[in-house]
Amino acid sequence: MKKQSVITVKNLVKNYGDFAAVKDISFEVYEGEIFGLLGPNGAGKTTTLEIIETLRDKTSGEIWVDGFSVDTDADSIKQRIGVQLQAAGYYPNLNLSELIDLFSGLYGITKTPMEMLQKVALTDKAKAKYKQLSGGQKQRFSIATTLINNPRIIFLDEPTTGLDPQARRNLWDLIKEIRDAGTTVVITTHYMDEAEVLCDRVAFIDGGKVVGIDTPDNFIDKLVSSGFERPKQVKLANLEDVFINLTGKNWRDE
Amino acid sequence: MKKYSNIRATLAIARASLKSILRSPSAVIFSLAFPLIFILVFGFIGGGAVTVDVGVAKTCDTVNPVYQELKKVSVVNLIHNQPADELNSNLSKGTIDALLDIRNNADKKFEREHPVFEVNVQYTKASSKGNILKSVLANILNGINQAFHQRILKQEAPPQITRLKETVISGREYKTIDFILPGQLGFSLLSTGVFGTAFVFLSLRITLVIKRFFATPVKRASIVIGEALARITFSLMGALFIIIIGHYAFGFTLVNGVVTVINMLILSTIGVIVFMGFGFVVSGIAKSESTVPPIANIITLPQFLLSGTFFSINAFPAWLQPISHALPLTYLNDALRKVAFEGAGLIDVSHQLLILGIWGLVIYTVAVKTFKWE
Repeated sequence: MKKQSVITVKNLVKNYGDFAAVKDISFEVYEGEIFGLLGPNGAGKTTTLEIIETLRDKTSGEIWVDGFSVDTDADSIKQRIGVQLQAAGYYPNLNLSELIDLFSGLYGITKTPMEMLQKVALTDKAKAKYKQLSGGQKQRFSIATTLINNPRIIFLDEPTTGLDPQARRNLWDLIKEIRDAGTTVVITTHYMDEAEVLCDRVAFIDGGKVVGIDTPDNFIDKLVSSGFERPKQVKLANLEDVFINLTGKNWRDE
Repeated sequence: MKKYSNIRATLAIARASLKSILRSPSAVIFSLAFPLIFILVFGFIGGGAVTVDVGVAKTCDTVNPVYQELKKVSVVNLIHNQPADELNSNLSKGTIDALLDIRNNADKKFEREHPVFEVNVQYTKASSKGNILKSVLANILNGINQAFHQRILKQEAPPQITRLKETVISGREYKTIDFILPGQLGFSLLSTGVFGTAFVFLSLRITLVIKRFFATPVKRASIVIGEALARITFSLMGALFIIIIGHYAFGFTLVNGVVTVINMLILSTIGVIVFMGFGFVVSGIAKSESTVPPIANIITLPQFLLSGTFFSINAFPAWLQPISHALPLTYLNDALRKVAFEGAGLIDVSHQLLILGIWGLVIYTVAVKTFKWE
């Protein structure tokens, strides 16, 4: 079954002066999947993401998001996507409900703050300021703001960086719920275990180029069939499993 | 899909920004508390008109007509209770402005039945107010001498080649508050406009709040206009508060009542829009939040000192006055005072508005070039 493509990136190039941050990247994201962009720092993940999000100009190449071109229909794209930026702050001195109201106004959509906060289990923090939240709560709130306009696609840039294992697992569950509700998710991460658990397909980017796109399972199977072996015998559990086993699976406030 | 509303987005930003400003302690302190403190201080201590403090020597004759006339002059404050050496030292320090000692020298060479009074006055270089006493005394002595000629010697007064005609028109009393309040109001608008705008756009840029806004369909104009609306609303709330306190607590003159208040608020709006231009420039130049105050102070401090906020520009030395007359706050203060005290309409202050307009044009041209979104 051929899947419906919701994002198409063709021959994307981005130069900053002499420096080529993105050199000829092409890929497709299918509707209803969690798509991971993986790669080391400086590989061009965030730049690629921000070009698709219409936040940055490209040097050349073509991009369609939900059928709209970034060149001609940036406004239509903005109405159809939700964006979580790496390390973005929120308007100072406002509490979470007021921030949701602000974003509802920016998107021109009527949503009650409670309805949005409920989706990310933050109703009890409605009157709290963003900076009073724990790391995990901050990320969940950010995700709530990306969902206000009922987007077809949401972009999450390293949403789990700096979170403890419980908060990370909690966020995985949330992201899967969003996917299951029909929203396509594009995510970047440095954690391969996370990509393995979460992503339906992943693209590896290095030096501004795509070096491979496939499902995590296929990637692993291919590597194993090529004769790759881990130097150390893999045990049936790892240290993170021990951590979760000892400290409990329940996510907690920091 | 429903059509996207830019107005709705603009108002959402304005509402959020206003809430944020009202919860920010520094905005409230600089725009409201500081001006009010200055108004309180000057309102209480500055009630006085000019007085000349005149020390009266113990040896002074106090029953003579010169002394009696002097007592009636409200400008002169006669001080009796100080001993001679204290009077002398106060005179040299300038704590008192002159020292008076009137002697009755009746029995010298003139007619014995008429006393002759010798008015000994010592002035001091430590105070310039002696001159006021000098002219008051000259007036009194002249009058007494003339009366002496006419009534007592039954002679015509000597022919006069100059004649003084004095009339007093009824006018409004110009109180200290009438000078201080418009100046403080102007300064409050300046600091809200410059500091507030510079800080908010810099911090929204640094914390990537604006970048996140750009991921929504909102227009750049909506962000600027929304922020401006919030700041103008806050400034006008502050202005109204300052005017009301000034009027009811310190008798600030509002010649045409509500019309005057509305005119002042219109001027305030124009002022804060011009000053926000400076804020946009500062937010573009500043690299981090800690570089905002020095740059903003370079803009606000000279205007604080030189734009007639505390002292009339006329009191400045001649070489400073051209600088004062170049600053936008000077014209806002001037216009506010004219409107409040003289009851001028907005057309009467069109000169001031024109200069503010030119400043606005210049500063927004610079702002467009220096402003950074990210």
